[in-house]
Amino acid sequence: MRTKRFFAVFLLVSLVLAGFVSYYASSSPDGLEKVAADKGIDAHAKDHSMKDSPLADYGIKGIGDARLSGGLSGAIGVGVVLLIGGGLFWVVRRRGPERDS
Amino acid sequence: MPDGFIDAPVSIAAGAVAVAGVAVALRGARRELDDRTAPLAGLTAAFVFAAQMLNFPVASGTSGHLLGGALAAILVGPYTGVLCVAVVLLVQALLFADGGITALGVNIITMALVTVVVGYGVFRLLLRVLPKTRASATAAAFGGAVVSVPCSALVFTLIYAAGGTADVSVGKVAAAMVGVHVLIGIGEALITAVTVSSVLAVRPDLVYGARGMVKALELHDEPVRV
Repeated sequence: MRTKRFFAVFLLVSLVLAGFVSYYASSSPDGLEKVAADKGIDAHAKDHSMKDSPLADYGIKGIGDARLSGGLSGAIGVGVVLLIGGGLFWVVRRRGPERDS
Repeated sequence: MPDGFIDAPVSIAAGAVAVAGVAVALRGARRELDDRTAPLAGLTAAFVFAAQMLNFPVASGTSGHLLGGALAAILVGPYTGVLCVAVVLLVQALLFADGGITALGVNIITMALVTVVVGYGVFRLLLRVLPKTRASATAAAFGGAVVSVPCSALVFTLIYAAGGTADVSVGKVAAAMVGVHVLIGIGEALITAVTVSSVLAVRPDLVYGARGMVKALELHDEPVRV
């Protein structure tokens, strides 16, 4: 598979997972949340300082439909992580003519 | 982890350790990244973000999700792997209100540094003793990932022991954390193994952790144009 095509497929898989499959994810508390609640580790837990973020808790403020709201927020997250991560890695990378082999 | 589980002094110390770890990763990542692997690393970070949204059930009323350190390290290298997960954690905390801001240090230690060091370390050890085949690389990816998650839970417990704000016995926390994370580790390992073997199937030359073994299979990724 050509590199560009592989990259496109990889991105598409991430977008489908975050934008569509995530709707079917378990909504039970994760391991840490469950243990924290059961054992009382969270007695002094604080509200998140970003809880009013328009994307808080993987939804988009103002969109009522859970599938659309969650899916869009997931897709946005994939895009933001790709931009920040990809940008960082592009800046950090080795330059020069030598091809990696 | 949200804010408020760990007290301020330990959170600040953890923040310092995380900053140092990320700094080391930034230096090391330079050797792992070039024109071709830099975009792959960005895509890997995006994939880890997506996969972390997919909570899977592990026990009654409990779910787990990928941490991704082992996966990222195997695909794009350990230093870059730390950065991939750190970027995901940063975006989750700042944009999605998932994971506290003062908790970022602890979260980077447990979910980026520990999972990469343990996951990639076990992966390399297994590769050393297994035959040099693609199946071995997949098995080693499973092994690294499955161990990385309980280790992450154990390190969380140690940090909790040092600076937990609640009055709960460390033994109880350790047993509960490691117990449930052994199960979550199996999910982590399955996702990691499936992803690594999928990439190995189409582009083995792009898998950092399998470099030595697929040299002979290297492909020309772009056709020559005249």
